[in-house]
Amino acid sequence: MRLRPYGDRALLLDCDDLAEAQAWFAALHGTTEAVLGARSVLVRGEPAVLRTLVERTTPLAAGPGADDRAVEVPVAYDGPDLDDVARLTGLSTREVVAAHTGTAWTVAFGGFAPGFSYLVGGDPRLEVPRRPSPRTTVPAGSVGLAGGFSGVYPRSSPGGWQLVGRTSLAMWDSRREPPALLTAGTTVRFVVA
Amino acid sequence: MTLRVEQPGLLTLVQDPGRPGLGHLGVSAAGAFDRGALRQANALLGNDPDAAAIELLGGGLVLRAAAPHRVAVTGAPGPVTIDGRHVAHGRALRLAAGQLLRVDPPSSGLRTYVGVAGGLDAQPELGSVSTDTLAGLGPAPLVAGDTLHTGREPVPPLLEDVLPLVNSGDITVDVVLGPRDDWFSPVAVRRLLDDPWHVSPSSDRVGVRLVGEPLERSRTDELPSEPCLRGSVQVAADGQPIVFGPDHPVTGGYPVIAVVVDAHTDRLAQARPGQVVRFHRVP
Repeated sequence: MRLRPYGDRALLLDCDDLAEAQAWFAALHGTTEAVLGARSVLVRGEPAVLRTLVERTTPLAAGPGADDRAVEVPVAYDGPDLDDVARLTGLSTREVVAAHTGTAWTVAFGGFAPGFSYLVGGDPRLEVPRRPSPRTTVPAGSVGLAGGFSGVYPRSSPGGWQLVGRTSLAMWDSRREPPALLTAGTTVRFVVA
Repeated sequence: MTLRVEQPGLLTLVQDPGRPGLGHLGVSAAGAFDRGALRQANALLGNDPDAAAIELLGGGLVLRAAAPHRVAVTGAPGPVTIDGRHVAHGRALRLAAGQLLRVDPPSSGLRTYVGVAGGLDAQPELGSVSTDTLAGLGPAPLVAGDTLHTGREPVPPLLEDVLPLVNSGDITVDVVLGPRDDWFSPVAVRRLLDDPWHVSPSSDRVGVRLVGEPLERSRTDELPSEPCLRGSVQVAADGQPIVFGPDHPVTGGYPVIAVVVDAHTDRLAQARPGQVVRFHRVP
């Protein structure tokens, strides 16, 4: 892990991989405001104070399921890109659904929009590129794939992921605690609705 | 105590200091773009420094008082009238029941703030009444016919008047290089600091887009999504910098070449299309 400058109110922990970033996030979040990326952690505060804090911190082994929650997400697999995903992966649509539901996913980090989570740990055969051009509107609840990640759009928004299905589960509810259904470390199982 | 929106202007939002500390949930801090102007309005009225006010883009707001109110207009300066009579920018003003307050387009700058004694009372979402235009959190932009409610009567004001900002020339902001300046050629890093950058008309609360000679990258691989902040200077694939504003995405996929120091990010709230932004390096 290398510390990189980030303006006058933050520092970036530049890690080798997601697991190392998750371990630092688990150790630092709560002590200071931290945000997890795919391979990095941003911590907010006085940079000199943060350097000392990081030096005195040991990253926590925070593998899948660190928050001990498992969430089942029922999906209707009728997405507009299901056939494309089958073509890109060389699987039948039935095999795509089996692969998506066949392994447990883990929330790596949140981002993009409130309640959007980047899920990792799925079947490696499902690694597909983003769509060549993003849709201007993706309906709320759409379940997508891109670059080895899966995710659920919390609200209607533009988006470039390959859409394989939809869920009626609310990914985001401001009145809920926490408002995001899926947070870093949550285990997610997709099931056929 | 209420005010009625007669004309909303181009984009008129309720803003407070925002909702910091929720980045891990995918929520940006949002809040007033020119935080200094928001605090000035509150100081003129004796409000809590964090009280909510109106953030107005490019003028065009008309409010009618349903009861006597004290109000203050700060930020980008321009003509302000009460029932057609010119009144001062940057001072507390008395608005009698039935009177019309009109805030016309500013002569310099972009965003004007209208504070009301007692602060604006709106439905908070995650502890803030700030509107986040990217995430869709907080109250909807104001429309004609909306009624604004105010909070409790405040304490005596801290300030009597504030000087209007004058920034019709170049806007200079301090930056700290990194975290990804090493993804760019040394020439590109030097040009970021030496070149004039013109503000694009497609700038908004998500980011101030800048136009200039493209900044060349020294590596072409993809950066895994990385957290970012208000003030992050992200360089998109076309080599043009975007300085993130209050409603920035929580993570971004393009390298951040430098970060504007926090106190100077307010200045970008007032950056007009075509105006020049210059970056000054600090250690």
